Amino acid sequence: MTDRVQLIRQIVAEHGKLTADLSTLDDTTSLYSVGLTSHASVNLMLALEDEFDVEFPERLLKRSTFESVLNLREALESLLGTE
Amino acid sequence: MGVDLLRSDNGQRLLAEAARIGRDVVAPHAAAVDTESRFPHESFAALREAGLLGALVPVEYGGGGCTYAEVAAICTELGKHCGSTSMIFAMHQIQVACIVQHGPGYAHFEQFLREIASHGRLIASATTEGGVGGDVRTSICAVETTGDQFTLEKLGTVISYGLAVDDILVTARRSPDAPPSDQVILHIQKPNYDLEPVGGWDAFGMRGTCSDSFRLTARGGVDQVVAEPYAVLSERTMLPVTHIFWSSTWLGIATDAVERARASIRAAARRAPGTLPPRARDLARVQAELDVMRSSVHAAIAEYDDARGNMEATSTMGFAIRMNDLKLSCSVAVADIVAAAMRVAGLVAYRNDTPYSLGRHLRDAHSAALMVHNERLIEHNANLLCLAKEV
Repeated sequence: MTDRVQLIRQIVAEHGKLTADLSTLDDTTSLYSVGLTSHASVNLMLALEDEFDVEFPERLLKRSTFESVLNLREALESLLGTE
Repeated sequence: MGVDLLRSDNGQRLLAEAARIGRDVVAPHAAAVDTESRFPHESFAALREAGLLGALVPVEYGGGGCTYAEVAAICTELGKHCGSTSMIFAMHQIQVACIVQHGPGYAHFEQFLREIASHGRLIASATTEGGVGGDVRTSICAVETTGDQFTLEKLGTVISYGLAVDDILVTARRSPDAPPSDQVILHIQKPNYDLEPVGGWDAFGMRGTCSDSFRLTARGGVDQVVAEPYAVLSERTMLPVTHIFWSSTWLGIATDAVERARASIRAAARRAPGTLPPRARDLARVQAELDVMRSSVHAAIAEYDDARGNMEATSTMGFAIRMNDLKLSCSVAVADIVAAAMRVAGLVAYRNDTPYSLGRHLRDAHSAALMVHNERLIEHNANLLCLAKEV
């Protein structure tokens, strides 16, 4: 579980173009409140698809999925199962 | 899709009123509004008097209770007579839609809905800002809150018909420490705002929209800020409704252009019965283009009416792409159709002093690809298509 969250955090930090240091935020902080844009969220999801070798189905490609690290973890769990 | 979503009791009556006002008030002033680049005040007095400014407000707040399909049809009806009047009406109804869908449950906005209905308050929009490069999903200005009051200063913002209204919906960053993309939308109301003109509007077309630029300063109560983030309001309401009502306006312009071309061909056919007028085949081609444009507007309205009560349906990438596609296709179609109609009718359409004149239509039509530039939407869709699975 921890490894997956660490990897998600690393990818969010790399592609999210956030205005705050992700390491100071917890898993439930709204990424939109720290500057995640629609454009950056697409790049973030593409990077997650590549890293975890999954495809997010249309039902998960919506604003609430990108809302927080926790939501991203849950979306991945729904595709990969829990660790 | 239920029939009740597309038709209301009042809708057909208000659509008939719009047709009457279009013919009797809007059309006679269209040339002067265009030439003088002035607000169509006669038309809006008549639209207000007939209750059309509150057409989209639910009956429980005293409004017309019209559906989106009916208000779209009113935009088209007005667009047959004056592009500027129709576009102002469309822009107003987009603001009303935001309040209708995101205001109920909040005392300030419920009262505002009642006043839109009872007084026919006209609402403008201040979403653009100097320095953001036309990206309305980014703000520089921020809401500054002290206790339950706020102040706001927005620079270089284009506000179409801004001097003709008492109410404006403005976008801004949520707070001074929020990132540029974390926006809210708020309602400001006279006398609690000031507009200092910083740029005029002497344009090629849509001259009556008076899309001047201003330095805006405002104050008010924090209950005037819409609770939902602007990103959510934009995705669910502002973006799809904007593209539907704008496209409906353009459909009206294109419809009248083809009607004028048809009238010129009918006159030619009467002069020489038994001989097909030389450009009648071109008329048939442009009529087909118009039919496709009308179908695409109606299909988008049906999809939106189906989806709008459903958060899941309006938040998919496929929905966003299709609503952008409506704007992309109709904005190109209107300019193509008007130009083709001008070629069908010939010099009588090119001249400004005949019943077949299409100069104003052509100039108004060319605004369509530029108001939210098509290239911006293409880039946005291209980005989404790298990820979207079902479109």
